[in-house]
Amino acid sequence: MTIATIAGQNVHVNEEGFLTEFGEWNESIAAELAKDVGIDELTSDHLAVLRFLREDYQSNGETPTLRRVSTVGGFDTKRLFQLFPKKPAKKMSYVAGVPKPVGCV
Amino acid sequence: MTTVPSTARPKPSFDDTAGEGRKLSLICSKGSLDMAYPGLILANAALGEGVETHLFFTFWGFEIINKKTMGDLQFSPVGNPATHMPTAVSGLPGMQSMATRMMRQQIAALDVPPVPELLDMITAAGGHLWACRMSADMNKLTKDDLYEGVEAIITATDFIELSAGGQTLFI
Repeated sequence: MTIATIAGQNVHVNEEGFLTEFGEWNESIAAELAKDVGIDELTSDHLAVLRFLREDYQSNGETPTLRRVSTVGGFDTKRLFQLFPKKPAKKMSYVAGVPKPVGCV
Repeated sequence: MTTVPSTARPKPSFDDTAGEGRKLSLICSKGSLDMAYPGLILANAALGEGVETHLFFTFWGFEIINKKTMGDLQFSPVGNPATHMPTAVSGLPGMQSMATRMMRQQIAALDVPPVPELLDMITAAGGHLWACRMSADMNKLTKDDLYEGVEAIITATDFIELSAGGQTLFI
């Protein structure tokens, strides 16, 4: 376990850089994490997805799969690939400060 | 517990160039419920990792993209020792529909969608679906008979060309 300084705050991260303490996340940290995965600016569309991920994680105890983000969260799969290019499931969970999703879909 | 300066903190390498240009082609040749999923799940996973993905449906694999059958693929326990069911029992009337129903329930319980919806996910994620010319001709099917996300009916030669330089799996 490592403590890293992100957006001026000390937060716990794992060896891959994922935040490990749900409560340590905020939008300014998210903006920094987004840059790590090639997203220069977090738009309101990005933030809406991140909020869903966090709410769903909090109520279910696990990161929603891409399918769940689309069926339960109501976000279009195509749009998710535009917002978080190439590897949407990994990128959105990283920026949202939740663990990598484990489901197959 | 270690504290690192912001410049040295660990960061994921989701966009490293090692996987750049990777391409996966899946040949789906079976039309049973249990043999449709492996290809579709792998395709969906590859797309989620940013891999260019092509699916080529041939012979019985046409059942997966035929509008008439895609929502009603069946699973048969006959000749499948992995079901651990006595052979004489597995062929009894009604056994196939019961086994199919059970498998559908198990798949749905994992939050894995039915075949048509999985195809929707694959195409939304940028996957390419191709139908085999010979299979279409044998079954007298045209593009209108096939799932709308199928890009074209192509020949075996076309498939060999488009899969060049990538990895190919026959399922």
